[in-house]
Amino acid sequence: MFRSQNRGNSQPRWLFSFVVVVIFFLSVLPLGRLAMTGISSAFQGGARELLSDPAVWQAVYDTLTTSLLGMVAAVILGGGFALLLTLFDVRGKTALGFLFMLPTMIPPQVTALAWIGMTGPSSALLKAIGMAPPLGSPQPLYSIGGIALLYGVQNAPLVFLSLRAGLLALPRDGVEAARLSGASSWQVLKDIILPLSLPGFVAGAAIAFVSCVGNFGIPAILGIPASIYTLPTLIYTKFAAFGPGTFADVSLLSGLIAILSVIGLTVEERVLRGRDYRVIGLSGQVAMFRLGNWRLVGELILWLAIVITLVMPLTALIASSLAPAYGVPLTSATVTLDAYREVLFKQAITRTAFFNSVTLSLATAIGLLVVTVLTGYYLVRSKSRLAPVLSALAEIPYALPGIVLAVALILVFAAPIPIIGVSIYGTIWIILIAYFSSFFAVSLKPVVSAFRQLDPSLEEAARLSGAGFGRRLIDIVVPLVAPAAGASVILVFLIACNELTVSAILWSAGTQTLGVAIYNLDDSGSFNLAAALSVLVVIMVIAMMLVLELMAKRLPKGVVPWRS
Amino acid sequence: MAKLILNRLSKAFETGGRPAVNDVSLTVRDGGFLALLGPSGCGKTTVLRMIAGFEQPTDGSILLGDRVLADAGEMVAPEHRNMAMVFQSYALWPHMSVADNVGYPLKVRGVIGERRRKKIQEALASVRLEAYADRRPADLSGGQRQRVALARCLVTEPDVVLLDEPLANLDRHLRQEMEETFREFHTRSGATMIYVTHDQAEAMALATDVAVMSEGRLLQVASPQEIYARPEGRLVGGLVGQGAILRWPAASVDDRLLDWEALQQLLNNAHAADYADILVRPQDIEISADGMPATVTSVLFEGERYALKLALGDEQTLRAFSRLPVKVGDAVSIVIRSAWRL
Repeated sequence: MFRSQNRGNSQPRWLFSFVVVVIFFLSVLPLGRLAMTGISSAFQGGARELLSDPAVWQAVYDTLTTSLLGMVAAVILGGGFALLLTLFDVRGKTALGFLFMLPTMIPPQVTALAWIGMTGPSSALLKAIGMAPPLGSPQPLYSIGGIALLYGVQNAPLVFLSLRAGLLALPRDGVEAARLSGASSWQVLKDIILPLSLPGFVAGAAIAFVSCVGNFGIPAILGIPASIYTLPTLIYTKFAAFGPGTFADVSLLSGLIAILSVIGLTVEERVLRGRDYRVIGLSGQVAMFRLGNWRLVGELILWLAIVITLVMPLTALIASSLAPAYGVPLTSATVTLDAYREVLFKQAITRTAFFNSVTLSLATAIGLLVVTVLTGYYLVRSKSRLAPVLSALAEIPYALPGIVLAVALILVFAAPIPIIGVSIYGTIWIILIAYFSSFFAVSLKPVVSAFRQLDPSLEEAARLSGAGFGRRLIDIVVPLVAPAAGASVILVFLIACNELTVSAILWSAGTQTLGVAIYNLDDSGSFNLAAALSVLVVIMVIAMMLVLELMAKRLPKGVVPWRS
Repeated sequence: MAKLILNRLSKAFETGGRPAVNDVSLTVRDGGFLALLGPSGCGKTTVLRMIAGFEQPTDGSILLGDRVLADAGEMVAPEHRNMAMVFQSYALWPHMSVADNVGYPLKVRGVIGERRRKKIQEALASVRLEAYADRRPADLSGGQRQRVALARCLVTEPDVVLLDEPLANLDRHLRQEMEETFREFHTRSGATMIYVTHDQAEAMALATDVAVMSEGRLLQVASPQEIYARPEGRLVGGLVGQGAILRWPAASVDDRLLDWEALQQLLNNAHAADYADILVRPQDIEISADGMPATVTSVLFEGERYALKLALGDEQTLRAFSRLPVKVGDAVSIVIRSAWRL
């Protein structure tokens, strides 16, 4: 007779231990190590020395000003877009929404390069249309304002999503009741819709702020040439000038970033927690206002915003990639595909970068899926009180800026691994581990939503049919969550391929990723090569986003991040 | 096969509150068809899930013959119990064809090839779905899905078949058809069946035994005829049949089945302290000139008859039928032909 003491639970006993071990290594160990180093160096007086350095305070000040200004820009752009697109009867909503979401998936260093290509005296685009400012005039984006503006463009989609989710949940009957009470469209907007959508605004602003604080690509490309340092770029330069106190310094600096992020995330969490009015009334149907004669004006404004924030920078990027060299005007005579030939076939470094990024991203996406299917299953099915704690721990590494995690992993792996005595610092493996840790939450989310939608009786029926855990997983559970698992793989691949912050800190010769290659090409003055590589990356991003867009109908709600 | 025994079974969930199942003892004979009847939240589904092995009892035990399936210490996993279940949501796997759904228990048991195909064919034939073998569950109607779920139970000759409110999602017409299918299935397979429902008519029509539950406790187990004729206590009396419960000075008599003569006699020499509950079914009330006075408070035309609500002089209410039209407010005279002291 076969007996087991499994308390009616559907999971084998090893699953809990597995989940605990995974979350310990991917989240608790690196972040705990970072906190320990930070606290111990603070006690050893390292903190006083670091905090008396005016450059650090300048960096804190610059981080805060750029991030706050960037947040304001993101709120204006993303909030306006969300209000116009969700509440009013403009045409082409799907296309507008998709295009507006693009900048957030494009790597920040590519965004920065594209905008550089659009402005300043050396812009191939401006030269081609004869509007370039005279040589010698400054590049306007190399400034606090420039950084903030690009933060705004990059993170506006976050505000857009947050606000749109709130607006879509507005009770339509509430709006109709206000109308019947005699309120005009404007009064409904002012008295009902805006107050109800305020949490969405604030939460979106808070996420945008956190994202700005941790951004590395934009201040690296726009700030460093003008000697403007934010906390992430300051950490980067500290690593570049490696010294005896570096570990202590960077752990304190990442601690500062972590604190700023936690403040932002707390605000977001607080605001969204109060949003329980959603249960009242029929939601899901959007309250629609007719713009009448103003519709064309509204549509023009929306498309103009797309042209300025997306089409023009990308056109400039393409123009830069087609010019023979930075600063040479682009005409029909000078246009050339040399840059593409160079990055695709000639330069060993870019080829290595392509190979590294694709293998790393594939390994991360597929490796993580195996882990997240098991973890997600545990988190959804377990009745244990530990499950929400584990779930929160899994979220933290992705919520924190990538640079914090990169520093944490360096601290863990700087010394050889105990027992086996191998050091992975400086190898591709440390980047892989960092990706696993960073994108765990990205991979987990679609799988968890799919498990939540799965009727438990489907699995119970399989149990009564005699199928054990492994059998059920293969025959029933995995096929049913397959669409979400596919989306998870594509999303992780997309984000890992575009990533710069983590690998900028962790790369060494031979292990550069696409993000690092683009940054280094620009840093060494090969702007057209950097632009060409960027164009290829953007094409890859758009292709994968389109695949997800096509899959979206078969996926649980909330899996595709730019659809709500 | 052997009989299924629930021995002082209890289940308390970690969330606290009163136990979902409280000290339930019950024996289902081999090949019996037991209906677990009770209002929602009475613990009947928890009992079923404990029999299946999805929940572990916190006290007591479950035995199949002399084999202990579960007690508070350990339990046999559902996959090793040789049971089958029809779920309220049918629980068909949407990514498999009808034949694959039905054949999955065989696949897991390592039955392959021609033997498997033949068994699937037989199971589908017994629910008249041979033609649908290659369809997906999504292409079927509710009743057809239900029959696929039933065929999946048939295919492995399980010791016990569990049915969790299987008709709750079907319309009235389909219910009758499915009731027929279940009865047929039970006679042919000879399997022990346990059927959870909140619908007393369903329980009466299908089962060989009915167990009535309320608030986690088992109130009465008996054949449908017995439960209907001799219910124990107010709860069972109120749940089975459309009867009304009256306070009547009947505590002093030994006989529980009372006719009009006895009822009248009791009423005439009443002592206030000796009241008891009696159950009066509407078909036992006759509108007749030499009865007791009552007032009609509502009339509902049901086609073949009128369903009345009557108020007695002391504000107790009764249900009755009438073949002749009456109006609200009419004073009538009634005779209670038969009543059952609870």
